[in-house]
Amino acid sequence: MDLMDPRAVHKERTHPTAGLYLRVAVVLFVLTALEVYAFEVSRRGSPAGLAAIVSPLIIPILVVLSAAKFALVAMFYMHLKQDATIFSGLFVLPLIIAIVLVMALIMLFSVVHLMP
Amino acid sequence: MAHAHAGTIHHAEQPSAHTGLETRKLAIWTFIGSECLFFASLISTYLVYKGKSLIGPLPHESSQCMLHGRLQECEGIFEISLVTVGTAVLLFSSFFVVMALNGAQTGNRRRLIGWLTATVLGGLFFVGMQVYEFTHFFHKGLGYTTNLFGSTFYTLTGFHGTHVTIGVIWLATVLVLAIRGKLPPEKALNLELAALYWHFVDVVWIVIFPTVYLMR
Repeated sequence: MDLMDPRAVHKERTHPTAGLYLRVAVVLFVLTALEVYAFEVSRRGSPAGLAAIVSPLIIPILVVLSAAKFALVAMFYMHLKQDATIFSGLFVLPLIIAIVLVMALIMLFSVVHLMP
Repeated sequence: MAHAHAGTIHHAEQPSAHTGLETRKLAIWTFIGSECLFFASLISTYLVYKGKSLIGPLPHESSQCMLHGRLQECEGIFEISLVTVGTAVLLFSSFFVVMALNGAQTGNRRRLIGWLTATVLGGLFFVGMQVYEFTHFFHKGLGYTTNLFGSTFYTLTGFHGTHVTIGVIWLATVLVLAIRGKLPPEKALNLELAALYWHFVDVVWIVIFPTVYLMR
């Protein structure tokens, strides 16, 4: 799709309804509560059965939950789902570079740490 | 002109470049893209130095720290319950601002002013929470140069708090315009730009909260 084509730019120009905004807010709240619950289960080690599952997976669990929250806000509250494709590009491209930057620096400093 | 049909909001006509894009919206998205890289560098720095402090206080674990001029045992410094409340308020303020934008685009002045006031109050609550947290940490012996954790934590969360403060000032300015009746539906983009910045501040916190406070 040609991003300079006004038809592509104005692919969809409507915003979600107030009801959808409220549903997204409730989901965001629930996901945050799940994050904190997973953290508390991991920290306290109880209930024991759940802690045995959650503790080794705490980082992937938190990454997945926060990524879901991030996507919900970007798609529905920032209107990337409805707005022109070029706005998504302006956000997603630096975001990919940012994620690569974080991972590269972590790996680089891990290697430096291991060097004699 | 803006047109509203039973729950559907249409954008107002705005001055645009030959591309058909609203140029101010293009500018704010470009700025937000650059901010992604700014916060990525701060988050990287925090993660790279995580767990490398030689002296306390530390985020979760008890440690030896220098307090009131003598070395003593200090508990983990974080208060997760307080920050969770601040996080929830910031998340809900994102909901408040989209409701205010909905009001601005449909010409519903009461909805615009009510939800925008709630957004500003939510932002002020978050900033207040952070000021309380920083003061509390300082009294527990965590200064900016105490250890690597202190330096990276204050830099990351301090820059985020500064962004929240700027967002509160921006939204309060738009609120004053709305109260004076200077934000008709055809000027709703003025609020949409502030709202985009506010949502960005929110998504950055969505990353910072688990990275800093919940990952041990």
